[in-house]
Amino acid sequence: LSVPPEIPKEDGRPKWDNKFQYILSCIGFAVGLGNVWRFPYLCQIHGGGAFLIPYFIALLFEGIPLLHLELALGQCLRKGSIGAWNTISPYLGGVGVGSWMVSVLVSLYYNTVLTWVMWYFINSFQEPLPWSVCPLNENRTGLNEECYESTAVNYFWYRKTLNITPDVTESGTLQWWLILCLAACWAIVYLCTIRGIETTGKAIYVTAIFPYLVLTIFLIHGLTLPGATDGLAYLFTPNLNTLKNPRVWLDAATQIFFSLSLAFGGLIAFSSYNPQKNDCEKDAVTVAIVNSVTSLYASIPVFSVLGFKATTGYWDCLDRNIISIINEFDLPEESIMRQNYTAWISFLNSSYPERIAGLKLKSCDLQEFLDQSVSGTGLAFIIFTQAIILMPGSQAWAILFFIMLFSLGLSSMFGNIEGVFTPLLELPIISKSIPKELLSGIICLICFLIALCFTLGSGSYWIDIFDSYAGSLPLLVIAFFEVIGVAYVYKIKRFSKDVKWMTGRKPNLYWQITWRFISPLLLLIVFVAFVTLQIQKPSSYAAWNPKHEGFPMKEEKVYPPWVLAICVLLAVLPCVFVPLVALFHLIKRMRRSKDPSFVPPEVFSC
Amino acid sequence: YAWDANEEYLFKAMVAFALRRYSSKSTTQISNVLLCNVTDRVSFWFVVTDSSKNVTTVPGSEVEAAIRMNRNRINSAFLLSDKTLQFLKITSTLSPPVEPSTPVWLIVFGVVLCLIVAGIFFLVVAGIQQRKKKNKQSTERENLEEKGEVTVTVENGIPCETLDLKAGHINGVFATDDERFTSL
Repeated sequence: LSVPPEIPKEDGRPKWDNKFQYILSCIGFAVGLGNVWRFPYLCQIHGGGAFLIPYFIALLFEGIPLLHLELALGQCLRKGSIGAWNTISPYLGGVGVGSWMVSVLVSLYYNTVLTWVMWYFINSFQEPLPWSVCPLNENRTGLNEECYESTAVNYFWYRKTLNITPDVTESGTLQWWLILCLAACWAIVYLCTIRGIETTGKAIYVTAIFPYLVLTIFLIHGLTLPGATDGLAYLFTPNLNTLKNPRVWLDAATQIFFSLSLAFGGLIAFSSYNPQKNDCEKDAVTVAIVNSVTSLYASIPVFSVLGFKATTGYWDCLDRNIISIINEFDLPEESIMRQNYTAWISFLNSSYPERIAGLKLKSCDLQEFLDQSVSGTGLAFIIFTQAIILMPGSQAWAILFFIMLFSLGLSSMFGNIEGVFTPLLELPIISKSIPKELLSGIICLICFLIALCFTLGSGSYWIDIFDSYAGSLPLLVIAFFEVIGVAYVYKIKRFSKDVKWMTGRKPNLYWQITWRFISPLLLLIVFVAFVTLQIQKPSSYAAWNPKHEGFPMKEEKVYPPWVLAICVLLAVLPCVFVPLVALFHLIKRMRRSKDPSFVPPEVFSC
Repeated sequence: YAWDANEEYLFKAMVAFALRRYSSKSTTQISNVLLCNVTDRVSFWFVVTDSSKNVTTVPGSEVEAAIRMNRNRINSAFLLSDKTLQFLKITSTLSPPVEPSTPVWLIVFGVVLCLIVAGIFFLVVAGIQQRKKKNKQSTERENLEEKGEVTVTVENGIPCETLDLKAGHINGVFATDDERFTSL
């Protein structure tokens, strides 16, 4: 007698070439621009090393359980977000639709950030770098005024790149250079996602690994720069007093949540292409730990470079003061150096106070330079570019830096697009008639056309709006319903049995407690705190207005009511699907219960 | 380098040279340039006298214009720049930045875009070819089955291609049980 071998279910679903590709895709999705430009900033403003405490607590009780939940869900049900939640319970189908909606909204604006990165990248091949010198004004008598008042780096970002308008209501015109770069970016996304994971799986080898190489190069170079140790000390010196502020805990929780890219549906899509007998528990822990370690690893070169920039700024300030003192008192060259500057100043102040006062010296304080902390696009496009000009061989550093940012963002885009693509592929009308290449082409084209709005003069204000409202609140709501749905609708016992079938061991007490109680509770608290904070502070934005009297400081403006309405719409739209779909099914069931030939849906399992 | 009398001599020579070039009269001598109030800071005042007009000083505007015309020569004589060798009241004219005919970024952009379009074209064409091949294979198989020639060998209802016959599937229960068989 020969026993027929066990054949895996041939359902024609694409699958990963190997496990490494899958893990790399999840890591690439989780590790994004936020790891480089948001985590170091949070670390710095929330007491340095002390921030790691709430960060790791949030990772343990919120990040890892939710991640394991999503990966297990996708792997068990082998469907994208919409199909998976419909299978769990038709009433929870809205959760899937909400995830899909959020992925669409985020894909729109995320690629525009990559457009800016690409614009800087293609401008890095010039000597001198275009953001290092101010252009001349019309009659060539001096430098361009806007550039002269602020800095060359600011001018290049706000005028040459964004051509920003002074107000969100003034749309300005479409910037043709940004449109070209946007088209190129969406073409790259199309190229990589053209056949779904078959193509992204190959691309991810490059886009996920390359940033680590560049980070290491920057780490080694950054540590050799003068002032690097000041920056690192500033970043990591723990200040445990900040832990008393609830804002710190909230920021840690939201950071870990958004950093892991939860509730986008992309992770569910990725794990749905796995074989069912796969250890998703180990995968979840691996991805979460790699993501956090990457954040820490990235903050070291970032802060070395920031320390270098602060030190250089401090030295420039000192040098300018020294020159004016030497000119005023006709002292020999090199009599006052940076080291004995303070001694000289105190001596001169005591002997000739009026002359010193007449010089109007700027007070140079290293702490002040280090305190100029920025996160987000300001860090990459203003602060870091300014630091790169000061390094020898700036073109090479600029090119490396922007390719790294581009790959970081691109690997996250794969996850976003997969979160949009996979559920659409499973809709019966679409999968039969349209080939995959055409569907991904249509998605990319539609997203490109809508994203043209972000290339307007006011585009960067709109991206801030999308980022604050569409990419934050709905995710918390969706994740909350995800955990509640699995824990209390699908029931944890059943889920544990499924996970045991997939991984070979029952989820231990840690998972049971976090899935059932801690994670939902934590999510609820974070959601309430987040909403409260949003409502409390008046929604304002900082506008770049050259005619403003405080220029180059940004002008604080308030959003007009119609913009606020759009903000609320963005935040509410994905969330509203959850009750809508549940209501729709409830009505359908009530109607059907009058019909005696009702067949209950079949029960499934992995 | 240290500032000494020789450097002062060179400076006087450069100023005289500048005035000679500017006004194109060769009467200005080094002795016409007078330095005064030299400080340790290496800053001083200087005047240029005109020996042909009874020891009167050349007007400041003329001297300024002369120096402005020959600024780069004076700078390079001292291995200094506009910033390190400052003439008070003479601002440096700014040189316009070099503007290539096509902006460099457009060239780089063109290269990047060509690569992307080539990649997309290649992938789409490869996909269409693969699909045609698959369609041809499946229609061939259908034709063969219709004619009754079953060229696809089947074992237990499973086509042989999926079973990796080279590797084989060894049933562990029977393979290791060598002792049960009677030895010859």
